[in-house]
Amino acid sequence: MLEAISLQCVRGERELFNNLSFSLGSGQMLLLSGPNGSGKTSLLRLLCGISPPASGEVRWQGESVRSRRGEYCRGMTYLGHHNGVKEELTPLENLRMATAVADIVAGEDTIRAALDRVGLAGYEELPAKQLSQGQKRRVALARLLLARAPLWILDEPLAALDVQAVALVEEVLAAHLAEGGLAVLTTHQPLNVRIDVEIRVG
Amino acid sequence: MEDIICTIKRDLLLALRRRADVLTVFFFFVVAASLFPLGVGPETALLRSMGAGVIWVSALLAALLSLNRLFAADYADGTLEQMALSPRPLALLALGKALAHWMATGLPLTLIAPLIGVQYGLSGEALETLMIALLLGTPVLSLIGGIGAALTLGLRGGGALLALLVLPLYIPVLVFGAGAVESVTGGLSAEAHFSILGALLLLTLVLAPLATAAALRIALE
Repeated sequence: MLEAISLQCVRGERELFNNLSFSLGSGQMLLLSGPNGSGKTSLLRLLCGISPPASGEVRWQGESVRSRRGEYCRGMTYLGHHNGVKEELTPLENLRMATAVADIVAGEDTIRAALDRVGLAGYEELPAKQLSQGQKRRVALARLLLARAPLWILDEPLAALDVQAVALVEEVLAAHLAEGGLAVLTTHQPLNVRIDVEIRVG
Repeated sequence: MEDIICTIKRDLLLALRRRADVLTVFFFFVVAASLFPLGVGPETALLRSMGAGVIWVSALLAALLSLNRLFAADYADGTLEQMALSPRPLALLALGKALAHWMATGLPLTLIAPLIGVQYGLSGEALETLMIALLLGTPVLSLIGGIGAALTLGLRGGGALLALLVLPLYIPVLVFGAGAVESVTGGLSAEAHFSILGALLLLTLVLAPLATAAALRIALE
């Protein structure tokens, strides 16, 4: 259960939003909408705890995420603008290293299965610099699947993805929500998933 | 422990894939330290007295050369974000990165240093002292450098600022590192110098990762 309580975000001299509150329960999806520069990414970074709010609080399972950082980080996965994929490493190595850093237990088979799920079977051993932008995004999606976290915070998950991959994201999201997961995301593309809460930022 | 090892493993694998970066630093050190005898002439007494200092300054500059890449790539591709969001303490992940940086730069320099010392006519005992001093001192360079690299992350022209920030902090290591060799060539024991270098190492091992992690969080905001 994720709660935001009167969040305020200030960038430089400009206030992006103020008094933003919502609460999201198990199995629900929150879509953030708004024009470019309205503060959607800022809100997501604030929710996942990369940047602190100017005022207000984010709560996870009723506890402030500031005081329970370790627990919150285990329960949440963030997919930002950057994929977090190293160009020099293969998708397999990338995921092996990413899961080790995030303290996720994932064996070789689990990682291969996740790569297969996102349609990268046959690309496991290729250096990521030879992959296309969309394929790198798919590697990041595989990381999302491996984390098995109840809360997903996704910033433009559909960027650079083709039609099949968009369908895959919809399928994966629907399954995540059906299992009682939570998702907060932004997108400028139409997404065929049930939206429980929509917030216009800015 | 796993918190530290996971980033060491990752960064060493990356260093292996980007061998050119590591070799550049290594050869910079070798060339810089070898230029001095050519410049000041083959006067044995002069070379012997300045050898340790020159090798230390070259090691400092070589460490500095590779520092701006310490977090820049992770910052650009989003892996730093993921590190900050890991349940593992960011300070320990940063410590792992600094140790990996040392293994890829400081350690090779330490191993080749005796060979360069020979060019300066250093005695066997002085070479041994030089190696121990470098072994104790070069990790400090990577650890302090990590703070500087984190503070200048994302700044334009961060490279020059990084040098200005970090070089003054390197002074104690330089003084006691070069001093160790000097005292041995002067017939004294280098133990006091080693103790101080060891103390510096322990102090930075504890404090530098905390400062680095704090600076990284500010850079990511």
